[in-house]
Amino acid sequence: MEIRRHGDSLEISELDPFLAELLRQIPESTNREGTEAAEQRIFSLPGDVSQTELCKEWKLYVEPELRRLFESATETVASDLQALNGKSKPFANCTLRIPITNADAWLSALNQARLVIASKFGFTEGELGDHYRSPIGSRRDLSLFQVNFYGFLQEFILHEIHDGSSPAK
Amino acid sequence: MVSSEAILVQPPFRSTIESPSIEQEHRTREELDLPWQVVVHNDPINLMTYVTMVFQRVFGFNREKAEKHMLEVHRQGRSIVWTGLRERAELYVQQLHGYLLLATLERTN
Repeated sequence: MEIRRHGDSLEISELDPFLAELLRQIPESTNREGTEAAEQRIFSLPGDVSQTELCKEWKLYVEPELRRLFESATETVASDLQALNGKSKPFANCTLRIPITNADAWLSALNQARLVIASKFGFTEGELGDHYRSPIGSRRDLSLFQVNFYGFLQEFILHEIHDGSSPAK
Repeated sequence: MVSSEAILVQPPFRSTIESPSIEQEHRTREELDLPWQVVVHNDPINLMTYVTMVFQRVFGFNREKAEKHMLEVHRQGRSIVWTGLRERAELYVQQLHGYLLLATLERTN
């Protein structure tokens, strides 16, 4: 896989089918349904339980806005990912171009996905920081790899939106 | 401009209706004016570079200050990133939640 800035886009080329599939799974991975821990983490309260009035108003007025914000970001990413579908050769490497204007939506969706996956599997800080972990052997390992892969993409996007004139990597 | 005659008609109602509402307003203002602080808490998912970027965007910190707060969150578990009036503090917490950071609003001691 190669990833670089190309004009007004971020280009991920030489995407093998496995990594392409992980990218396709970003929108689905943001789904918090059935995972109370993920829901609680993403819509965390702005104060402790003693601040009942604040928390009540937050649930009523702020949370719906945040839901719309997160959904909008996920929809943008899903739309960009459409380019990965309908390839004539299913096992061929492919290229994905992300308009730089959608960078914030990607950062949000990747973060949502990482938070949801980490909440589902209850990854520890140690696991998340262990980049030399043994090869994928279970669903949990695969999910940890997924979290780290999404984190790598976030790092790249962050680097590009801060230092957009940097040469291609 | 209201004439003096018109004012004279009002007193019986003013004394009973306005007093409690003025008292209530004082309490509310007192509460609002207390210094509040925006606290960001550590979480193992958000990347250090991402947190730094969020601090720069939301508070307009320069990179050095943003990194200082980010490292405080990372090493000490929390960092007070802003102190001031409640309304503004709430807005900042909302923005931080929009970036999926763990942030709370606390009254200063």
